[in-house]
Amino acid sequence: MQYPTPAPTDAEISALIDEHMHLEGPLLPMLHAIQDSYGHVPQMAVPIIAKALNVTTAEVHGVISFYHDYRKAPAGRHILKICRAEACQSMGGKALAEGVLAKLGLDWHGTTANGNLTVEPVYCLGLCACSPAAMIDGKVVGRLTSERMSALLKEANA
Amino acid sequence: MKDFIIPTSIQDDRDMGTPARTGAPVTLTIDGFSVTVPEGTSVMRAAAEMGTQIPKLCASDNMEAFGSCRLCVVEIEGRRGTPASCTTPVAEGMAVNTQSAKVKKIRKGVMELYISDHPLDCLTCSANGDCELQDMAGAVGLRDQRYEPGRNHYDPTGTGTLAQGDARARDTTSDLGNPEFIPADLSNPYFSYDPSKCIVCSRCVRACEEVQGTFALTIEGRGFESRVSAGMTGDDFMSSDCVSCGACVQACPTATLQEKSIIELGTPQRSVITTCAYCGVGCSFKAELNGDELVRMVPYKHGKANRGHSCVKGRFAYGYANHKDRILNPMIRDRVDEPWKEVSWDEALTFAADRMRGLQQKYGKNSVGVITSSRCTNEETYLVQKLTRAVFGNNNTDTCARVCHSPTGYGLGQTFGTSAGTQDFDSVEDTDVIILIGANPTDAHPVFASRMKKRLRAGAKIIVIDPRKIDLVRSAHVEASHHLPLRPGTNVAVVSALAHVIVTEGLMDQDFIRERCDWDEFGEYVEFIGDPRHSPEATEMLTGVPAADLRAAARQFATGGNGAIYYGLGVTEHSQGSTTVIAIANLAMLTGNVGRRGVGVNPLRGQNNVQGSCDMGSFPHELPGYRHVKNKEVRDIYEEVWGVQIDSEPGLRIPNMLDAAVEGTFKGLYCQGEDILQSDPDTKHVAAGLAAMECVIVHDLFLNETANYAHVFLPGSTFLEKDGTFTNAERRINRVREVMKPLNGYADWEVTQLLANAMGANWTYTHPTQIMDEIALTTPSFAGVSYDVLEEQGSVQWPCNEANPEGTPLMHVDGFVRGKGRFIVTEYVATEEKAGPRFPLLLTTGRILSQYNVGAQTRRTDNSLWHDQDLLEIHPHDAELRGLKDGEWVKLASRAGETTLRAKVSERMSPGVVYTTFHHPDTQANVITTDFSDWATNCPEYKVTAVQVSHSNGPSDWQEEYNAQAAQARRILPAAE
Repeated sequence: MQYPTPAPTDAEISALIDEHMHLEGPLLPMLHAIQDSYGHVPQMAVPIIAKALNVTTAEVHGVISFYHDYRKAPAGRHILKICRAEACQSMGGKALAEGVLAKLGLDWHGTTANGNLTVEPVYCLGLCACSPAAMIDGKVVGRLTSERMSALLKEANA
Repeated sequence: MKDFIIPTSIQDDRDMGTPARTGAPVTLTIDGFSVTVPEGTSVMRAAAEMGTQIPKLCASDNMEAFGSCRLCVVEIEGRRGTPASCTTPVAEGMAVNTQSAKVKKIRKGVMELYISDHPLDCLTCSANGDCELQDMAGAVGLRDQRYEPGRNHYDPTGTGTLAQGDARARDTTSDLGNPEFIPADLSNPYFSYDPSKCIVCSRCVRACEEVQGTFALTIEGRGFESRVSAGMTGDDFMSSDCVSCGACVQACPTATLQEKSIIELGTPQRSVITTCAYCGVGCSFKAELNGDELVRMVPYKHGKANRGHSCVKGRFAYGYANHKDRILNPMIRDRVDEPWKEVSWDEALTFAADRMRGLQQKYGKNSVGVITSSRCTNEETYLVQKLTRAVFGNNNTDTCARVCHSPTGYGLGQTFGTSAGTQDFDSVEDTDVIILIGANPTDAHPVFASRMKKRLRAGAKIIVIDPRKIDLVRSAHVEASHHLPLRPGTNVAVVSALAHVIVTEGLMDQDFIRERCDWDEFGEYVEFIGDPRHSPEATEMLTGVPAADLRAAARQFATGGNGAIYYGLGVTEHSQGSTTVIAIANLAMLTGNVGRRGVGVNPLRGQNNVQGSCDMGSFPHELPGYRHVKNKEVRDIYEEVWGVQIDSEPGLRIPNMLDAAVEGTFKGLYCQGEDILQSDPDTKHVAAGLAAMECVIVHDLFLNETANYAHVFLPGSTFLEKDGTFTNAERRINRVREVMKPLNGYADWEVTQLLANAMGANWTYTHPTQIMDEIALTTPSFAGVSYDVLEEQGSVQWPCNEANPEGTPLMHVDGFVRGKGRFIVTEYVATEEKAGPRFPLLLTTGRILSQYNVGAQTRRTDNSLWHDQDLLEIHPHDAELRGLKDGEWVKLASRAGETTLRAKVSERMSPGVVYTTFHHPDTQANVITTDFSDWATNCPEYKVTAVQVSHSNGPSDWQEEYNAQAAQARRILPAAE
């Protein structure tokens, strides 16, 4: 399904950039602000950021591509991040994740056809004591079972 | 204490791993041997100094250590773990073990991991035999590869996973192979980027940042997915910021970034050190060959001008040497409307000699002359001016320096006493504040610009005085502290205003002036410059430079530490070019910025040997070493050595020759390696002058534009085909070495000698070294120069004589050459070329990175992919006013003529100013420029022409007529069967 991609104007991006110019090391906060506003970091923002910071587009691209969290296109309405680190794997995280992907018919980073949910891997949420863990829309959930996961998916209308 | 530092010989090309340091000596032991190195040196470099190469992949001695490959680990007594030797500085008494069982095992493991993700098609790989990965696998003794085949792992079937995916991807009938496969990027004409061979050592990225300063490359992604990326998503090397300097290709330890010439021709087997023949930086190169086939040019790390760096021209644009347009046989014709006839050397030289002698008999001895070339060697230039002085019997010699830096020679000669820059390029490393006037080094002197940018990134400040927003005003990691966007033609007013601020605010260096300069003249100067009419406020209306900015810039220069002034043709090519040079010299003396490292007045000279051609007596009034022909003592020296009378009257300058030709008194010209028709101003006047001559001898590689009016064409040899020397902008005499035999049969100095002998001289030079010996014998500033000295030292900076046997990197250290530095008043006189209602815009001209001057060479290489036509840059406001859009044909008209070219709308321009380059003959930019010139030296005013820009449908009448004439004039009769 095609969902509308917010297309910010140069002026809107510049306004977000200006808010962070006073910071020391402003690039990551800028990228966060852009992603927070538009759900992704559009390519058209790269030259504008580069010009503002007097760096090259290559350097900005290097930073954006290093962090998987910065998206090139918007995600689904909800984002489910399932932990794949050691502690969660040892507590059944792998099976839990595979179950979710199989149920939704997705691969990692995929979005459901109705655009409601994107599933992503994450490597440790710091919730090892409550493995297996996941995070939905920024909210962490521990001690997951397939039932609790199903409830989360249902809640997200996946 | 034993010192194990092995002196680095000139031929020693070893990579020492990390950059050299200067500091207090530190002694340590490595594998039991004691070694002393400067503080701050890495353990890796210390080991290399004593001859032990620690295995490495990500380190190279032209960039800072990075510590990513983990191959160079060592053990240090008393320290835990296995630190990387590249990032570990030495310490007193440190005991290092580079070959313990533990580090050997680690290295093998690291290497095995590298190989697990690398194709093993070594025998058919273009880097075979020249691959550091291969060398290191050998050095650590890797014998096994235990990782299982997989998406990111080595494939035992032979070619490695990624390369196999490559093979399958090309076969569309099968599956698409490895989804991770990235095809090679072949967009750059000179090198390829093949990601499947990449080991992600980041050397290319760091070279682009640290050495070149362009920051065009990055590592994209992370982990197994990380790859080198030029620019952002969707970019390839050509569309990115890459300037094709080749630093990344040189840095790459594998075949990932590889010259296409190596892929095609194989790895070179022999090399010759020589000097680049493009700009005045004078980079040293290693020409690498197989037999006499040139495979690649690699910047030479011990080259003192370039320190191992290069630009797209010197590194890659040498293909013109074998271009099909090159003329290899002499040709003659009676009249210029006839086709050329190929003849033997004997016939051509006899024809030329008879004609020249005939003209002298008919029209007098002064009716012929020569133009020497700033592209040829010192020895060749010396012979050409000797030809006119000793054989023609007059002083009618001039050079293309007339049209570029003749005001530098005059201005610095008058104020300091030498006609050359005061510093070496290394000096910029100690500069705190740079004033850059009328120069665009990132395009015209790219290798020096990289060194300048490195210094700017380290904290130095730069003040840019230029009508255009050049890259040094603001580009990645560089930002000028002040940009003074003056109106073209107001240089004197701006520089005087800077001096006014310094004088009136009491910021001058009184001690320096008292000690080093003429105090009385300084008093007069203060009175002059202190006048309120020179204040920034008074001149603001005139120059367009905001007074507050100018004041701040002046204060910064006067108080910011070591101040150096760099300037180019934007200073000299004006009707007040000499005055601006004098004003610049005043500014340097005023602030005490002469005579030590990090300061000085530094003309960025345009051509490889323009300094040398001036030194060699190319000007009509000066014998070699800038000594006036009216001085009997000087003439005596040459009369004795040459055995002839020398005319005591100065001869004709180029513009005078052309004027005299039109008047009918100047009839014959020998023009070596210069295309005056395309490069000199007011093309129509030049054409008329050439057409009026009865014998024009063009000695060149190609049938250039001037040759359209020539009667004799003598084929020239390239810099690869002869021995000699070039003198660069820092007065450095560099050796040019014969890399291959001249395709045309003779080096240029031999041709000049043959012509001289055909005219009755009896010259018997058999090698350029004899010519240099004659120069040394007759010219005091070259007295100590010989090929033996150059061989020994690599290069020397003149003056090189008994007082300075090793040459002179810095001038005026203990006092000015002329005695006391001289302040000369610099009154601003507006040029007569003024914008008005009919011609409201000011045109200024310049160069671009990929092309060189009239483009005779670079247009015949793939450099044209970057710049295939001259464009007219115009500010959006001016464009909109005229309804012009980007890319449209426009007519550019001045009082002198008109031409057409395409427009490029650009905010780099100031409103009211337009800009173009002069690299393409069909643009004819110099049809537009006028014959106004510098009051002292006749240097043409290329940088200011009042113009109008309007819509156009195509080439102007003049362009069409010219092209038809050129096509006629270039016909060559087929050789008789």
